[in-house]
Amino acid sequence: MNLASARDSTLRFIGAVVVGLLLFGFFVWAIGKSPLEVYATIFEGGFASSFAWQNTLLRAAPLVLTGLAVAIPAQAGLMVIGAEGALVLGGLATAALAAHVPGPALLIQALALAVGAAIGGAWLGLTGLLRAKRGLNETICSLLLSYIAIAVFNHLVEGVLRDPASLNKPSTIPINDKLMIGNMPGVDVHWGLAIGVVCALVAQVVLSRTTWGFALRVTGGNQRVARMAGLPVTVLLVAACAAGGAAAGLAGGIEVLAVHGAANASLIVGYGYVGILVAFLARQQPLACVPVAVMLGGIAAAGSLLQRRLDLPDATTLVLQGFLFICILAADALPARMLSLRRKAPAVEGAAKAPVAPAAIAVPVVPEPAAAPIEIVAPPSRHEATAPPPTTLIQPAS
Amino acid sequence: MSEAWVTVLAAVFGGALRVSTPFLFVSLGECITEKSGRVNLGLEGTLVFGAMVGYAVSYHSGSPWWGVLAAGVAGVCFGALHGWICSLPRVNDIAIGIAMMILGLGLAFFFGKAYVQPTAPRLPTLDLGGFATHPAVRAALQINVLLPIGAAIAVLIHIAMRYARWGLVLRTVGDSSDAARALGFNVNAVRALATATGGFLAGVGGAYLSLYYPGSWNEALSSGQGVMAVALVIFARWNPIGCFIAALVFGGAGSIGPALQAVGVQSGYQLFNAAPYVLTLVIMLWTSSSERTLAGAPGELSLTR
Repeated sequence: MNLASARDSTLRFIGAVVVGLLLFGFFVWAIGKSPLEVYATIFEGGFASSFAWQNTLLRAAPLVLTGLAVAIPAQAGLMVIGAEGALVLGGLATAALAAHVPGPALLIQALALAVGAAIGGAWLGLTGLLRAKRGLNETICSLLLSYIAIAVFNHLVEGVLRDPASLNKPSTIPINDKLMIGNMPGVDVHWGLAIGVVCALVAQVVLSRTTWGFALRVTGGNQRVARMAGLPVTVLLVAACAAGGAAAGLAGGIEVLAVHGAANASLIVGYGYVGILVAFLARQQPLACVPVAVMLGGIAAAGSLLQRRLDLPDATTLVLQGFLFICILAADALPARMLSLRRKAPAVEGAAKAPVAPAAIAVPVVPEPAAAPIEIVAPPSRHEATAPPPTTLIQPAS
Repeated sequence: MSEAWVTVLAAVFGGALRVSTPFLFVSLGECITEKSGRVNLGLEGTLVFGAMVGYAVSYHSGSPWWGVLAAGVAGVCFGALHGWICSLPRVNDIAIGIAMMILGLGLAFFFGKAYVQPTAPRLPTLDLGGFATHPAVRAALQINVLLPIGAAIAVLIHIAMRYARWGLVLRTVGDSSDAARALGFNVNAVRALATATGGFLAGVGGAYLSLYYPGSWNEALSSGQGVMAVALVIFARWNPIGCFIAALVFGGAGSIGPALQAVGVQSGYQLFNAAPYVLTLVIMLWTSSSERTLAGAPGELSLTR
């Protein structure tokens, strides 16, 4: 992604957020509340104080990882929406291991999180395997697996793994306080947030700076081309899904080890589904999941303040998310074309001049860019990683 | 046959009849949408919003049928919005669907807070079990008139897809937008219309949830029928009659757990909740292969490519 297109998508993102906020303001106004007051309350509840930030970051921590669970398979061209299932099973595995296996705290913590991630990875990896081997649609498959995972979770938590002392709310045996993940120094936020950020960073570097990442993106761009180029497509698809599932499983493990202290129904609150939102708003870029998760965490954190101060239902934040999400996705359509047309206007002239007569005879594809310059100078920014602008390909020929 | 078996079978059958109606409507809606070449994952939001609107209108007007109609109209609005946004270039229909789901749930919970308490008039019951002596059988045969209406709609759609002009236009648009364009059809308009129609059916399905079974409005009303619709349509191979059968199968499979619980089987009933999902997955596995797309799938559908 070059600088200009990064600026482009940032502009589009900000524009869409503004439009989404305006629409939401209109909605709020229509039901008789002051939009300005609601905006101010959301800002105050999400970002204005250290207490608000703590609340926001606590909510953002799992969202970074569930965002990755969608974004990494998306880089391989797979739309996996079943992170919820990987998250609950990962959390359950972590809880079971941490409660039953004795050992030094740090080792058990690491082991429990690793097992959680492995279970999550295996669960979503299965989606990738079915996709690659049997052509099963990964979106539906992962969703079905997610429902199955939740049923398995309930079965185990209310069955063999149940703590007999948990009467009203079935839970696993509580984890020893010594094993709980503590807060980072200086802030009231647990280490899970740092783990999420590191994972996003690693995913971004692997995807954009290594041959594995490149192969994955080629597979995502065009599977047939990837197969012809001899890439191990099956392995790549499974690996991408498994990596995503591992992120979701880790999110579940961290929630258990840092927040709940046991696996119970509190784990099934839709972090996996909000992760889809995170990944799409981050344009499937792992590192961008971090600020997006913080933004969504902030909006969600403001819910209780909205309820207390303005007497609005807590679903208000859900409405705001809906407006924002639709606007940001719709912004993919129109402004992109207008912005890139204006920016690349000089390049059109250059491309039109470059192919001189001999080149036009020698290479039959050359007249095409001159004939349809608009199509070519405005490549959709999402695909540029795999499809370099044709103008640069043609110049050496002429 | 022993008494317990009759009870279980009747409960599963009755559950199939009772639970299948929202499945039927929402999957018919999804079927029409997908036949036009688009996926609407947001039907869950439409369903829940329809349930809320149906309940609210039934409460205020005193007639549940006004509620059903209002739920359908609300569904049309959601469908039309989805159809319009997806007409824009480079917009992903799956992602927009998830956005619409969040918006629909948000709006439903937002406006629905006021309707959790009051009791609205419910849809009437059709008692078909008068002849039976066994109480469980008689209970199982109490159905809602929306079920036969839905079945009739399924047959109607099936015939229209085959023989009616608009059915052919819909299938052309869904199978090849280029061919449709060459024939002079407005592809985006047809798809938006199909999505809006699908939204109507999903909204009606939601009204069934709040006005008949379970028959009250709360935030945990839907157990994901809207999302499951996509799987159902695949199970049905994009065939409306198949949607009816699929809805019955899903409704019945979901009732196995509670039915066993009722006769005293205590362990493992949680796993039965997963039965419909496992069934779908197995059928998808069984009928798919990596060499070809699923038979009957519309050519333009992003899901199956």
